[in-house]
Amino acid sequence: MDGIHDMGGMDGFGPIPIEQNESVFHAPWEGRVWALNTALGAWGKWNIDAGRYTLEQLDPALYLSSSYYQRWLYRTENMLVDHDMVSRSELETPPEERRVTAEREPLPLDEILVRQRKTRSARVHEDIPAAFQAGDRVRARNIHPTGHTRIPRYVRGRVGVIDRDHGVFIFPDTHAVFAGNKPQHLYSVRFTARELWGPDADPGDKIYVDMWDDYLEVP
Amino acid sequence: MPDHAPHSHLSDTELRVLALESLLADKGLVDPAALDAIVDTYENKVGPRNGARVVARAWVDEDFRQWLLRDGTAAIDSLGYVSTQGADIVVLENTATVHNMTVCTLCSCYPWAVLGLPPAWYKSFAYRARAVKDPRGVLAEFGQVIPAELEVRVWDSTAEVRYMILPQQPPGTEALSEDALADLVTRNAMIGTERLGQDRGHGLGRG
Repeated sequence: MDGIHDMGGMDGFGPIPIEQNESVFHAPWEGRVWALNTALGAWGKWNIDAGRYTLEQLDPALYLSSSYYQRWLYRTENMLVDHDMVSRSELETPPEERRVTAEREPLPLDEILVRQRKTRSARVHEDIPAAFQAGDRVRARNIHPTGHTRIPRYVRGRVGVIDRDHGVFIFPDTHAVFAGNKPQHLYSVRFTARELWGPDADPGDKIYVDMWDDYLEVP
Repeated sequence: MPDHAPHSHLSDTELRVLALESLLADKGLVDPAALDAIVDTYENKVGPRNGARVVARAWVDEDFRQWLLRDGTAAIDSLGYVSTQGADIVVLENTATVHNMTVCTLCSCYPWAVLGLPPAWYKSFAYRARAVKDPRGVLAEFGQVIPAELEVRVWDSTAEVRYMILPQQPPGTEALSEDALADLVTRNAMIGTERLGQDRGHGLGRG
């Protein structure tokens, strides 16, 4: 989707907010949101691409006005409802008025870590032919999928060169909606800054973007 | 304003997180003790110190350096820094003629295994928006002046491959031990928003 999350090249966000001696979490609740997300992910009801897609579907005004871990909180609530793990009314009922009984035993830490290890790589060990090889000129297709996609707007229609073939990986566009892994080659594609940003860009600088076969065509 | 009785000093977001955790614990979906351990891991055990050890090893061991650049995932795993997510790591080497930096324009992908969780600036809209279009301007905000003849390469982490930068070893440090070298390596140098030796003391980013 051409969503608010696709920020590459936008102006107007001001200077980079650099903090010295930053703590990992700025408040305890941020760590709890982080840990909840990790622990809930281990149930296997969704995957990383589905999680990103849910985040991308937050209302754009809310996305922009929320902090990073606030977005994660809203995303987690939405995924829990979408996957029937909690109901919206349970979320909205104050804890002291709620009557809930345990439906299952929570996963202990060891089991969470075991399950995480199984999904930690999106690499697929299948022998699938590559459409391109290092050195090939390619064009990022001018496509505008309405669902989840990882082809940023700023490269669409632009011509680059395959820098390296990372191997075969899960395709996020289908994986995000549980429509299969559609495994295919993933490449790092090199663009000149001028191809992307025009004649005012630095003549020597390059931008590398990871893209799957389905995002690319012969120019 | 509703009366939040015992938590009246807490923000709406804090209350919302407390309510969510208590609901999930009541339903048997999470174990609060497991949450404590997950927080502790990322606050205290996983962090840029891991990446600094990888860099220092590459500086003192040429075979390891070559392995790291050829197969970053395997070389990093060999030191025991195994990620729970984004396990495939590509390491990019800064040289006298090339400066690499990494960003995730679409979300916040970051090499957790070697750097821990990203700093807030890495996840900021400003960095995500501008790193690909005006990398030299972004680097200047970090106090880094990149000579015109140096090629800047920006790597946008749009997939499940994570990028880590292997900084150049600062001149005059050849006699230092591996441990002492690791102390020189900053988080920002491994993201690519700092060139070591150019501006000591700025953006150490050990946080």
